[in-house]
Parts: sequence; C-alpha cells; structure tokens
Amino acid sequence: MAAQGRIVWVSGPAVRADGMSEAKMYETVTVGDSKLVGEVIRLTGDVAFIQVYESTSGLKPGEPVVGTGNPLSVLLGPGIIGQLYDGIQRPLRALSEASGSFIGRGITTTPVDMTKKYHFVPSVSNGDEVAAGNVIGIVQETDLIEHSIMVPPDHKGGKISNLVSEGDYDLETVLATTDGEGGNIELKMYHRWPVRKPRPYKNRYDPTVPLLTGQRVIDTFFPIAKGGTGSIPGAFGTGKTVTLHQIAKWADSQVVVYIGCGERGNEMTEVLVEFPHLKDPRSGKPLMDRTVLVANTSNMPVAAREASIYTGVTIAEYYRDMGKDVVLVADSTSRWAEALREMSGRLEEMPAEEGYPSYLASRLAEFYERAGRVRAAGSPDRDGSVTLIGAVSPSGGDFTEPVTTHTMRFIKTFWALDAKLAYSRHYPSINWMNSYSGYLADIAKWWGENINEDWLSLRSEVYGVLQREDTLKEIVRLLGPEALPDEEKLILEVARMVKIGLLQQNSFDDVDTYCSPEKQYKLMKLLVDFYKKGQQAIKEGTPLADIRAMKSITTLLKARMDVKDDEMPKLDQLDADMQEEFKSITGVKVSN
Amino acid sequence: MTAEGGVQYSKIAEIKGPLVIVDDVENAAFDELVEVETKDGERRLGKVLEVGNGKAIVQVFEGTTGLSIAATNAKFVGKVMEMPVSREVLGRVFDGLGRPKDGLPDPIADKFIDINGEPMNPEQREYPKDFIQTGVSVIDGMITLVRGQKLPIFSGSGMSHNLLAAQIARQASVIGTQDDFAVVFAAIGVQYSEAEYFRRSLEESGALKRSVLFLNTADDPAIERIITPRVALTVAEYLAFELGMHVLVILTDMTNYAEALREISAAREEVPGRKGYPGYLYTDLSTIYERAGKLNGKKGSVTQVPILSMPSDDITHPIPDLTGYITEGQIVLGRDLFRQGVYPPVNILMSLSRLMKDGIGEGSTRADHGEISNQVYDAYSRAQEVRALAGIVGKAGLTEIDLKYMDVGDVFENEFLSQATDENRTIEETLGILWKIVSKLPKNEITKIKDKYVEQYYKEE
Repeated sequence: MAAQGRIVWVSGPAVRADGMSEAKMYETVTVGDSKLVGEVIRLTGDVAFIQVYESTSGLKPGEPVVGTGNPLSVLLGPGIIGQLYDGIQRPLRALSEASGSFIGRGITTTPVDMTKKYHFVPSVSNGDEVAAGNVIGIVQETDLIEHSIMVPPDHKGGKISNLVSEGDYDLETVLATTDGEGGNIELKMYHRWPVRKPRPYKNRYDPTVPLLTGQRVIDTFFPIAKGGTGSIPGAFGTGKTVTLHQIAKWADSQVVVYIGCGERGNEMTEVLVEFPHLKDPRSGKPLMDRTVLVANTSNMPVAAREASIYTGVTIAEYYRDMGKDVVLVADSTSRWAEALREMSGRLEEMPAEEGYPSYLASRLAEFYERAGRVRAAGSPDRDGSVTLIGAVSPSGGDFTEPVTTHTMRFIKTFWALDAKLAYSRHYPSINWMNSYSGYLADIAKWWGENINEDWLSLRSEVYGVLQREDTLKEIVRLLGPEALPDEEKLILEVARMVKIGLLQQNSFDDVDTYCSPEKQYKLMKLLVDFYKKGQQAIKEGTPLADIRAMKSITTLLKARMDVKDDEMPKLDQLDADMQEEFKSITGVKVSN
Repeated sequence: MTAEGGVQYSKIAEIKGPLVIVDDVENAAFDELVEVETKDGERRLGKVLEVGNGKAIVQVFEGTTGLSIAATNAKFVGKVMEMPVSREVLGRVFDGLGRPKDGLPDPIADKFIDINGEPMNPEQREYPKDFIQTGVSVIDGMITLVRGQKLPIFSGSGMSHNLLAAQIARQASVIGTQDDFAVVFAAIGVQYSEAEYFRRSLEESGALKRSVLFLNTADDPAIERIITPRVALTVAEYLAFELGMHVLVILTDMTNYAEALREISAAREEVPGRKGYPGYLYTDLSTIYERAGKLNGKKGSVTQVPILSMPSDDITHPIPDLTGYITEGQIVLGRDLFRQGVYPPVNILMSLSRLMKDGIGEGSTRADHGEISNQVYDAYSRAQEVRALAGIVGKAGLTEIDLKYMDVGDVFENEFLSQATDENRTIEETLGILWKIVSKLPKNEITKIKDKYVEQYYKEE
C-alpha cells in the first residue's frame, strides 16, 4: 500500500512529511497539491525526509504527500537516443510543450514516445527458454543504433510463448509472455530499472582497447581505455567543457551519454544545435543519432542534479548490455557533490571536509565503479563497455580540495588542466607533467599492433623531450637562454614544436578538430625525426640558427591544420622535404 | 491569530540578525512574501525561508533594526514576491526592492511577475551568436561579446570597471540592425557616486529614457541586495521576451550581493563552505546569471555584464571563482596595467569569451578574426615571458626574436588596448591594429593563421 502523509516542514528542496510509516527508503513520492516529484532519503518514526526534484516555492505544510511504491527508475527502451532529458528522465521537449520557454512544475510525461512503432525482428521462438538479459529480438532505433530488446535483468527466467511475428509494434505491445517461477510475465519493448542499482552482468574484463578520441594529447599521451575511468579537473576557463564536447563528438564509441550536471544552459543548447549537423567520422551519420543528453543546469532544482548522474549511468549500462561501447561524460561531478552537500546540510548531518558529507568518497567510488568492459548477462554473448569521464571543478583551481582528491583515488586517467596554459591559449590545456594514464602499458599493445610497432618508443622519445625542457626551463629562468649550449637549446626548440605542432589542437578548426591515429603517429614521427636530425647536425657543427631558420618547421607546425586525414602522403612529402633541407644546411649527407 | 482570504497575522517569537521567527503559523508557504508591521504602522517586506511545525523563519529585506517582539506583527501575503511590469518602467528609477525612487507614482502594471523567475528550458534556448560591437577594441577583437551572453567584469577596488561598463552600455550595437534596445542597471550596495555616474552617463548619451535603474546604494539595507538583481532581471526578461527588446543588464557589484547572502546564512547557523560563504553560493549565483540568454521564437535577448570586485584582487576568491564557473567567460582587469595608466586595463591572458567562436568570422566580423586573435594571444603571452626574462638577464641577454616579441607587447598595450572612453572603434579598425601587431613578427613565427590570410593582411614594415 502506498504511503499517504502530510507535509509538516519545508526548507528549499527539503521537505518533511508525517504519516509516512508505509514509505520505503528511496521511494519516489509526489509532494503537495501540485504533485512535485520527490524521493525519500531518510525515515524517522513516521516522518519521512524527502528531497524534491522541482522548485518548492509556494509549498505549504498540510499539503499531501503520496508514495508511488517504486524507487526512482528510468524507462529503458527504444526512443532514448537523441533525447534531451532533465535529471529524472523527463524529456525537456515535452516539458516545453507543456509549459513554454521556462520550466514549469508538476508536469508528468513519458520519457519516450510510447506510441511510436518500431520494426521488431524476433530472435527467439515460442518454447525457447530465456533467462534475464537474453535478447529476444531487435529493432532499429536510429540509423546508427540497432537496439536489442532484452529480458529485464530481474526476470526469473521461463519459457517463451505468445511471441509476435516480425512487424511494426509500439512500446506497449506485449511481444511475448514467459511462464516459470515468476508466473506469467509480459515482455514489452521497454522495462524500468532503478537508477541507484547497477545493472548486473556476467563478468568483467580488463580494459585494454583504447577509446580513440581524435585528440592527440589524449590518444597519444594520456590515453583512456574503453571501459576505463578518467577525470578532467580544471579551474574555470581552462577548457574543460570544450575538451568534453570534443570527446563526446569524436570518441569511437557507439553511444554517448552526456550529462550536463549543474552547468550552463547554453552549453546544452550548443550540443543540441551542433550535434545534428556534425557527422560521425566513421559512419558519416549525424552525431545526434548516437547521443543522449541529460541536462540539469545550474539553475534547475538541486536535488534533480544529484539524480542526473544516476539517470545517465543507468542509460549507459543499458546500451552496454546490448554489446555496445558507451562513453558517459559528466560535467561536472563537483556540482553533483555540491548537491550532496546541500542535502546533507539540510539533513543536519555532521559534515566532513569543507562541509561535504562523510559519504562523499564512497558515493564517488560507487559511481566510478559502474564503468567497465563486461560480458553482458544472458545470451547470445555480448561484450560492451561503459567508459566514465567526469569533469571536476575545483574551487579556486585547487586540486587539493575534497572532490578532486577523492576522485583521484577512483580513476585511472587524469587530465590535469592548467590555467597557465589556458592563459597563453595553449589548448587543450592538459598539463603534460601533471597528467597521467594508468592504461598506457595495455594500450601501447594496440598501437603497436594496429599502427606501428615503434609507437611506444616514439612516444617515450617525445615525452622525454618535454621532461628535459621542464628542467632546462629552470636554468633559463635564472640565466637566460644564451647560457645553454646548442644541444640543449635544440631541446627547447623541439619542445616548442611539440607543443605547437602536436599537443595543441584547435577544436574550432575543421581539419584539426579530429586527428586520426595514423596522422597522430606520423606527426609524432616527423617531430622525432626532426629532433634526431637536428642533434646530428649540431654535432657536426651546424649552427642552431640555421636549423631554426628552416622552412620545414613552419610547414610541420601547420600540418595539423593543413593536412587532412586522407592526405597522409603529404606528410611523407613533408618528411622528404625536411630531409632535403637538412642536407642543404649541413652540406653533408645525413644518414637515415 | 486571524485569517481572512489567505492573509494572516502572527506574532513574532524571536528576532535574530536579519531574521524573524514567527510563531503560530498555520497557512504559510515556503518562499511566501511577508509584510512585517510595527506598531506605528511601518511596513517592511520579507520572505519565508523555512516553514513547519507552526513556525516560520522570515528574512526581512529592510533589516530588523527597531523591531520589537511585542509590537511587531507578521502578515503572510499569500503569494511570492512579484514585480509589477509594463512598458512604462522604461526611464524610471526604482529602489532595491523595485519601488519607485524618482518621486513619480507606481507605473501602471501590465502584469505581475514572480521575481525568482523560472529556469529557461535548455531545449528552448537559442544559441547566442550575434556579434555585439562595443567599440572597445580589446573586447571586440579578443573577448567578443554576443547577444544573450553573460560576461562579467572581474575588477578590484578603485579600478576603472565603471568607466568600461558605461562605455559598453553607451556604444554597444549590432552592426546593420535597428532593433529595439534597453539598458537595465542594478546598483547593489555601491557608493551613491558610482550609481550617479552611471545615471549621468546614460543621460548624456540620450539612453536614459530607454533605461531602467534599480538603486540599492551602500547606505541602503544590506539584505535588500538579495532582491535587487532579481527584480532587475525580472524587468529585463519582460522587456526582452514579452516586448522583444535587446536588453543589456549591468549588475554592480555582485560581491556585495554575495556578502548579503553570507549574512543570512550565518544568521541561520548553516554549515559554511569556503570563507564563510554558504555551500549553495554557486547554485544561488546561477539563478541570477543563468537568466541571460535568447529563446526560440522570441525576438529579444538578455545580455548580462555583471561587475564584481575581487577581494584583494584574488581571482580564486569564492565569488569570482564560482562566478567564472557559471558565466560565459570573464573580462579581467589587471592592477599593473591600471597603475601604468592604461585604459581599459584588461588583462587579456586571464580574460576569455566562451561564445566568441560563434559570434565572429565570416558573415559577422571577418573570416580571419579567430585566427588573428589566437595569434595575438600567443604573441602577447610570449611577450610577457620575454619581459619577465629581461627583468632577470637584461635586454642584452635576449635573442633577436625575443626583442621582436617585446615590441609586440608594447604595441599591443599602447595602440590596441589603450583607447579613450569616448572612442568608438569599428571592428575593421580593431582587426587592422591586430594585423599591425602580428606584422611586427617574421612570417615563420605565424603558426596559427592560414597562409591565405597571411598573404592577404600581413604587411611587413
């Protein structure tokens, strides 16, 4: 029986109601005469403490609170892709139809169009035994997404009967029924799943395949694996959002879930406006055909911000279970942590560091643990992955604050954004000395097998130059660049070239915005070649000034913008020209 | 206690800082407007922060000075705080709570709007991309402002932020349009002279009759400052989305707003976040800043230029820090440039306009705009490094190319950055100076500009 109580106290998003002894923890309830959506987060006697996902302005003690009997859940079925949801999976398009340009309250709507018909192709037959997770058929959700209809994970299993034949059906059509332990259960194109409960899988694999993002500093220097975890902390203005948008655009995954969690409204609008026009570099289809957006902007109710992260990750797991690689980008986990802090404060819990609740670390750990490359439950065998990438917005750009430090314990790739680099317009402003990737060793195998076997040694060579430069900079700072011998000045010069020609990438340039693995490799190889030839030339007495004046340098530095992915021979030509120019300035033949 | 038609009178139980706690409350709602009435008939406004178990915590905007427990009544008005709006608000001056301050009667209201507004649906937003020419080179060229953007000025005490904001308000225009525009100005706890400077500046340029002023000066009640930006934005949204005007909102000084918020938080004994500011400062600020934008199917726009003074010029202080996370960029004024007498003293390396990329380029400014500005950012940042180095090793220790970058720095500050407060430069003039700066460098240093533009605009001296 559903709980029916009365409001006794209201303060912002927090409401207390009595008469709620029937309520369960994390049950969703409707609050007040205008039926706002809320969730029970504490029970004391018959008093329930409720966080309300909509503005509580005008709410009065005495108004009713009614339980729904269900935990906060999302609807999982075809029609999710291409949507823009709020934190509790209400489509913002439907909200605007109900309340116009501004978000009204108490609106109920379904997450997907339940009347839309999809062409269902069954993959089982009547009489087949199915278990939780089994695929019973497929529908084509978008041009890019083949959507598997699966037996819900909490299904006890049974024998299929009343299976419909291939054809067009809407979401409410019963596709089949099963008998068995759980009695007769109807299977439809959709099911619901509670957001705070990870979806089960058969087993987990080590993440060893890189998630290619087309961003050189990520793929070449600090890679992330499919099914891995990464974090991108940075002060404001360091380019977090642009980097995350780049990953969402170009990552080689089949599905992207982008959560705007307590961030700017215009950023979500930008994605909405831009993605339908951008083409996926691999399929040539609009990027929106593989993207789901969850938006709870900073000025939307704070409790729904807390929920948005779970809504997003549950959707990601659902597509993973179909055997897809899914990337989830959460911008920003700091705002989510602040929502936790605000509710914790209203619950009058004892605060830990900087007012954050003591369970901040465990909540972060639970979230990042939902990443992984897995074998999905049920048959046929499907391998999918969820890669989790969370932005962190440390206050004052200080990486020692609680959200950053706790996050670092649970992730393996760390892209540290640097305000100094951003101030000099070095974008992406990922600091190469402070960032790291725990996947490098595993992923190097992939590069070795698929691109070139000397990939790792070239990467170490380039990274070595950057490290040397970092030390030399100290000397320059004290004594000036003229205090260094030519060999070391060459290192400074090459480091500058690496920064401009390889690390920097212009997201707003049509060519430079995405860089194929082959091009990344070739650019890196060109720079290493230049370095080696330069070293040799200096050893043979060529003045550094002659090397600096080489025409090839400017061409090399602009190659990232000038050479398209399908023009790789141009880079070979550049290499040949560079060799020639070295010959002409040294006057001797340089061996290869 | 009496109750008639949703209106009730209650006794005060406790007075604490800006808060009064009202007893025997039966029918009050969260966020409801409250009239606090003293025995001699004085009425102050407040709103409900928390209600339950027969008590309501009420925040009194005009302060609690002079209130007594015995002689004060609270009246729950039965609605949230609303601002009366109509076209007639143009040319008027209001106090920080939206009541006329110019001696004229209340404007006849077309409608009453909840001052808290509602969040814009991101799905209904129109992505801002109309270039606003402010006539200030550094903004137009390097930190471009677009319609519907929120771009704050981060300043420090005594610096020339007011001159700059007033210049933007006077000169801002969208090239080739004759759209209706309006200025909404909210003074939040600033000195009377600063508010007066703005009024005069708008008057002299003839823009006053297209402006609405909300004045809470330093001697007005501090708690009123929580309301001032909200009434101002309510009027701005009405002008923009109901009357189709392009509204520029200037809010000065947001630091005073945040301090008022802290005062209330402290009185409620909440767990503080950084520097005593409440943990919800970010969320609260966002409910102000996010009220900028454009909407699908509506003609007008709300562009915000909030001003805030960074305590001790510290950009990591919670107020500028959280502001920067919400706004679409920032214009940072630099103390060093200000001391050198440069106007406007904008530190471009720390400044940024996030919406610039969509507001510039072919069709709005010029195709080379993005690349030339990137190159100048890069060159100016190199110039700063070289200057630092020259401070240690002396000019003699610099290479030839280093000296060229020093030159770039000087030309940038003297010819591009510096301009008079009444100098209105076109975007072509601005871009021309940028190319002049880049032309100080040899061609092989130009790595961020496509060759075709270099050929077209680069002029070696």
